[in-house]
Amino acid sequence: MTDHGCNNETSSGVTRRTVLGVSAGVTAASLVPLRLDAQEQVPVPGPENGPTTHISFQVNGERVTIDVDGRASLLDLLRERLALTGTKKGCDHGQCGACTVHLDGRPVSSCLTMAAKVDGRQVTTIEGLARGDELHPMQQAFIDNDALQCGYCTPGQIMSAVACVTQGQATDPGAIREFMSGNICRCGAYVGILAAIAQAAETMEG
Amino acid sequence: MRGLNYTFAETADAAVTQFAEAGGSARYIAGGTNIYDLMKLGIERPAHLIDVSRIEGLDAIETDGDVLRFGGRALMADVARAPVVRDEYPVLAESLLKAASQQLRNMATVGGNLLQRTRCMYFRNGAGSSTTVGVYLCNKREPGSGCAALGGLDRTQAVLGTSEACTAVAPGDWPVALAAMDATIEVFGPEGTRNIPIADFYLLPGDTPHREFNINPGELVTAITVRKTPAGRTSTYHKIRDRESYAFALASAAVAVEMDGDAVRTARIALGGVATTPWRASAAERVVVGSSLTPELALEAGHAAFTEARPGQHNAFKVELGARVIADALIIAAQRRV
Ligand SMILES: Cc1cc2nc3c(=O)[nH]c(=O)nc-3n(C[C@H](O)[C@H](O)[C@H](O)COP(=O)(O)OP(=O)(O)OC[C@H]3O[C@@H](n4cnc5c(N)ncnc54)[C@H](O)[C@@H]3O)c2cc1C
Ligand code: FES
Ligand code: FES
Repeated sequence: MTDHGCNNETSSGVTRRTVLGVSAGVTAASLVPLRLDAQEQVPVPGPENGPTTHISFQVNGERVTIDVDGRASLLDLLRERLALTGTKKGCDHGQCGACTVHLDGRPVSSCLTMAAKVDGRQVTTIEGLARGDELHPMQQAFIDNDALQCGYCTPGQIMSAVACVTQGQATDPGAIREFMSGNICRCGAYVGILAAIAQAAETMEG
Repeated sequence: MRGLNYTFAETADAAVTQFAEAGGSARYIAGGTNIYDLMKLGIERPAHLIDVSRIEGLDAIETDGDVLRFGGRALMADVARAPVVRDEYPVLAESLLKAASQQLRNMATVGGNLLQRTRCMYFRNGAGSSTTVGVYLCNKREPGSGCAALGGLDRTQAVLGTSEACTAVAPGDWPVALAAMDATIEVFGPEGTRNIPIADFYLLPGDTPHREFNINPGELVTAITVRKTPAGRTSTYHKIRDRESYAFALASAAVAVEMDGDAVRTARIALGGVATTPWRASAAERVVVGSSLTPELALEAGHAAFTEARPGQHNAFKVELGARVIADALIIAAQRRV
């Protein structure tokens, strides 16, 4: 399966050097999209305290090489070690979809994906969708259709929504609802989410 | 969660060898959607995880020849969309597509699905880990400790196959479809390969509810096979949940029939959501075989499946619901004849 429009290399302002800096355990701040100016909130990764596994993988087109605790989830690796906090933790048990990312182009729940598993693979997070300042058509469609209230579920919704369209499942409202049923919205923004996906299905080539 | 070694096995031989070398504290991990969840809940406590999700060839889906053969680490999503499964075995495809979510089906394997553990809330919530509520007795989790579900909040508990020690429901949908289709589970271990009919794969709780599967430590599920049958086309997996999608079954039925006009020539019926194991409903099958299928007869078959049901305080509704799920599934399956 191709993952149209999700793997551009330049969106987050990450350079190979800053990523390598993270892998050396120095700082994770510079991985945050500069536009968000969120450096202050970024946790500085502490040393891992269990047996570690050495992994090398790609996040949003950038290579990351890092030692991870054998127990860690991909979600915690992204948020706590790589400062990619766009991906959210709702339940941590596979039940809500807030943590959805693409692994080799397919949506997965990053909270139940052990970090060690992503060695040699490609991860795309919400930070990897936009091209520079140009939002992904699905992000724009969520804004156009008021498809959120608090916004906490939104990154996960958008990652699933992109796959819904690229996998040809956005054919009718019933099919969209079924495909999106793994993403729960506590605010109940489902009407807008459905409309956004229907709109983006028209504007995304794919 | 305690510290953990994580290794990948490249071959089935290597997996079995690594397991033996790790000496008792090892577990296999495929998608991880169940075992990792249970580790977070403090229920599974392995010191060593052996990842079987990269074993060469173990993801093969073979549909030529007389049997369907699904490699143990084939993804639920991939098996569901294999053309022969999708077009000729709707009971199998639907049991996968009505399970979990698209994200989880991209992670979970058809082998791991067979070995997933119950969603009984006393089993899941009772270990007293930092992310759960309270500490509850559970004979599955702590053999001999007791069962908090008996006389407790038992709305989702089983009504068939229960014992004084345990009423936990077998959670999987795919194993129910496989039970209807008389699948065989192929396992590989230090002693070589064994083929286990699915009817012998799941153990009733009795007074040892912690023993759930007929598989030895270190044995690897290498494949699931289903003998091809024309009944596959005339089949369905009918699943009723508390919400429309993304929930475990309250009651479900896997049904495959062969019809002669309106008469039922053969019937295979299995139940999910209501029993402690994937539950073959032979009594229901006997009601319909040889007769013409009417809505009344279909419901009579449904009721026949529950004559031995033993409901608790809050789950008696599952008896009538389960009977009607069988009845509806029979009608849906029969309408699929060409
Ligand atoms: C929120 C949520 C909703 C869900 N809803 C449903 C649902 O509606 N219906 C349903 O059927 N399921 C549902 N599931 C369960 C899901 O389908 C299972 O967790 C999944 O199929 C397990 O497969 P896995 O590859 O992830 O197994 P793992 O978690 O990796 O392993 C499960 C067990 O099997 C063992 N194992 C794995 N592979 C092998 C092998 N090849 N040989 C020997 N042992 C092995 C492991 O040691 C472990 O004990 C849901 C799960 C979640 C989290
Ligand atoms: S945080 Fe992963 S599914 Fe809820
Ligand atoms: S917008 Fe608040 S949870 Fe979905």
